[in-house]
Amino acid sequence: MTAPTLELRDLRTHFATRGGVVKAVDGVSLRVDRGQVLGLVGESGSGKSVTGFSILGLVDPPGQVVGGQVLFQGQDLARLDEEAMRHLRGNRIAMIFQDPMMTLNPVLRIDTQMIETVLAHAPVSREEARQRARDALGQVGIAAPEERMRAYPHQFSGGMRQRVAIAIALLHKPDLIVADEPTTALDVTIQGQILAEAQKLCAEHGTALIWITHDLSVVAGLADRIAVMYAGRVVEEGPVEAVLDAPLHPYTVGLIGSVPSRNRRGAPLNQIPGMTPSMLNLPAGCAFAARCPRAAPGCSEPPPFVEFRPGRSARCIHPHAAGPPT
Amino acid sequence: MSAVLRPSAAPQVETPLRRFASQFAESRLALFGLAVFVVIVLAALFAPWIAPQNPYDLAQLDIMDGRLPPGSVGASGMVHWLGTDDQGRDMLSGILYGLRISLMVGAGSALVAALVGASLGMLAAYAGGRTDTLIMRLVDLQLSFPAILAALMILAFLGKGILNVVIALVVVEWAYYARTVRGSALVERRREYIEAAQCLALPTGRIIFRHLLPNVLPPLIVVGTMQVARAIALEATLSFLGLGVPITEPSLGLLIANGYEYMLSGKYWISFYPGIALLLTIVSINLVGDQLRDVINPRLQK
Amino acid sequence: MLVMSVLVFVGVYAIGDPVEILISPEADQIERERAIRALGLDLPLWQQYLVFLKNALHGDLGRSFVFNEPALKLILDRMPATLELAFGATFVALLVGLPLGLYAGLRPNGALARGIMAGSILGFSLPTFWVGLMLIMVFAVQLGWLPSTGRGDTVDVLGTRWSFLTWDGLRHLAMPAFNLALFKISLVIRLTRAGVREAMLMDYVKFARAKGLHPSRIVLVHVLKNIMIPVITVVGLEFGGTIAFSVVTESIFAWPGMGKLIIDSINVLDRPVIVAYLMLIVLMFIVINLLVDLTYTALDPRVRLEGRT
Repeated sequence: MTAPTLELRDLRTHFATRGGVVKAVDGVSLRVDRGQVLGLVGESGSGKSVTGFSILGLVDPPGQVVGGQVLFQGQDLARLDEEAMRHLRGNRIAMIFQDPMMTLNPVLRIDTQMIETVLAHAPVSREEARQRARDALGQVGIAAPEERMRAYPHQFSGGMRQRVAIAIALLHKPDLIVADEPTTALDVTIQGQILAEAQKLCAEHGTALIWITHDLSVVAGLADRIAVMYAGRVVEEGPVEAVLDAPLHPYTVGLIGSVPSRNRRGAPLNQIPGMTPSMLNLPAGCAFAARCPRAAPGCSEPPPFVEFRPGRSARCIHPHAAGPPT
Repeated sequence: MSAVLRPSAAPQVETPLRRFASQFAESRLALFGLAVFVVIVLAALFAPWIAPQNPYDLAQLDIMDGRLPPGSVGASGMVHWLGTDDQGRDMLSGILYGLRISLMVGAGSALVAALVGASLGMLAAYAGGRTDTLIMRLVDLQLSFPAILAALMILAFLGKGILNVVIALVVVEWAYYARTVRGSALVERRREYIEAAQCLALPTGRIIFRHLLPNVLPPLIVVGTMQVARAIALEATLSFLGLGVPITEPSLGLLIANGYEYMLSGKYWISFYPGIALLLTIVSINLVGDQLRDVINPRLQK
Repeated sequence: MLVMSVLVFVGVYAIGDPVEILISPEADQIERERAIRALGLDLPLWQQYLVFLKNALHGDLGRSFVFNEPALKLILDRMPATLELAFGATFVALLVGLPLGLYAGLRPNGALARGIMAGSILGFSLPTFWVGLMLIMVFAVQLGWLPSTGRGDTVDVLGTRWSFLTWDGLRHLAMPAFNLALFKISLVIRLTRAGVREAMLMDYVKFARAKGLHPSRIVLVHVLKNIMIPVITVVGLEFGGTIAFSVVTESIFAWPGMGKLIIDSINVLDRPVIVAYLMLIVLMFIVINLLVDLTYTALDPRVRLEGRT
């Protein structure tokens, strides 16, 4: 079996704040294979975005990666120096951010921002770079790319801007793309289009994709595997259909149950009681114990991450039934 | 809700003043500025007693002593630590007395401008409507016109003299105070304690002075400090140009002007030392003001 | 503008009776009356003002009492010199201030950055005229590198004489321009630093890093273009103030510009010149504000295109 495109081993990213140490990412282990789509799901504050930034080495101070490994095609990115990382970013590993209005520089034209990305990693002429940018825009479904390139970000709609961001990510045909809530700020219809594009492109180029989101319905149609995060840890992981049909972890159960479309009309919406714990003050054992309907005395110990079925794991000592073995 | 009497455990009570002082002291530069400023003020205050010579007393001057370099001994046996000017005046004495004038004019005009500006600002905030618009238009007009020009024009109309200089400075400066105070007053006015005071039917004057003022004061102090430095610098500039204080009671600016013609012949001390004194004064005030602003403003935003 | 003209006129009239100054005390009554009538001083104030307005619209702002030449011409003759100085100062301020401010913003906690910020306090605290004197003393008297006063050789361009095009002219321009720039350098440093610190936190910087761009490109292109807008705006608005403040610098360095003229005029109460100068200054302010607005629109694409849709 070939090495996975990305493998996170016990990644820890901590923030040293005045109130104490925030363990935003506390021992996360994941893997994504070539051409696979991994959906990384969790609420705000669960650490999913920080995980994404940690992969690219873009965690801002006071945060930093304090432990674990980020194995990209076998190479540990956490040990690389900044210059080496810079050569990988935008080139072999790309990132798509949440709000394209804020991530594209408002005072620079689209073509400038795309051409500079090409020239940063490929020693080609400006003309050639422009050509590549044009092609990339065409690939993501932007009509008349030649004229549209000369525009400024604010002249595009939200959906178009995000397509531009995707185009930028694809310029060097990376092996891995980390997409951090790329459709959260967009209408549902646009969202659907972008998801379809992403899927198509990954299938065509064999790019591994990590899709970070809080929206289960998004990953349902897109991802191959799903990892659920809570309070800085992965609490469940497995193939997407299996996890969604027969979740193991009580949190996943709650998450699925709280999706409105699964509700009977007229019945009150399901909610997970309580609130996420403050990251400055995590409980000693299972972080979800305070809100868990199945909490037991044993939950005051940190539960181990156990593989209950081949390819399906959960961080719980009494998970729900896993359904028929796959 | 009862007030529980507890024996105070800590010997030191942390009053807001103490906390402010400790925050201020976080900047060594500001402390240094404060120290220098205090020394300067004391020197100016006690000038008549510590100056070796009274530079205004023409009888004491001997023109033969003129233009002596620093450290030389004059005809009367007095050591001129900083040299003498063209009239034979001891530079050190001249500087000390000049400091007095500079500080008096600078601080005095700033104070008057503060009173005028603050009153107008509060009036504008409290009265609202057309009064507010009128006052603010004046403020805008005043602020968009460069200070030095306005001062020059006013002095051109009024003529020279200390009083006229003060008037000119006040006219140039009041607008800053007015704008700051109006801004603070507008914010404070909406706060609950004003409504509470109004509900209690306290007279308006009392509301303004005892309730509004203490909260408007901090930003006012910050602006005031920087303005004093500006006023001192402006007065010096005006005097240098010959449009400020009269020659009989020279401020630092005029002293510097006196030395202008001797620059080219190498008698630098006539301009140099007064300039250093001026420099130290302004810089120290600005250092203090800078730190004041850093300490006071974040607290306001909480 | 009209308000200004009224204010100025009334105020200047109140300076003092120019009659006393210009007409020698020995002149007898008849000569006096003749002079008064020639200068138009016998008319009531409001009539004088109307005459003034009428003339002004024809470009005639009165004749200088002292030089006996049209006031406007006097001022316009000297305007290039002052403009040279003001532009030179702005140029120096940006040249020195931008890099220093950039550095201070990128490494805000470094020793050098803190030194720069402390230095900027010095920059706006130092009394300009004294610094000018010191500059003369050091560079002209002691070191003899630069000339101490006056304007250098000029070159005739489009009918006006400009000195910065000659080497000698530049030598003469160096010190006064730097002196005038001192205050603005501090301003630029502080503005740039604040802008940089704010910009570095923005998402587009993070995105630029995610694209793998070289850090120098990120700073020099992405960040700089964003902060240039407020910096240029403020510097532009300050330009009027710079021209006004050139009064001081011109006096020290005997630079033959408008500022020196106005000081002299105030001292001798040459009323028409003062009035003309003020009118011109107000006009310049209005023009400058307009230009700054236009520049802002040109620089910020977001503002520019809103007008079209």
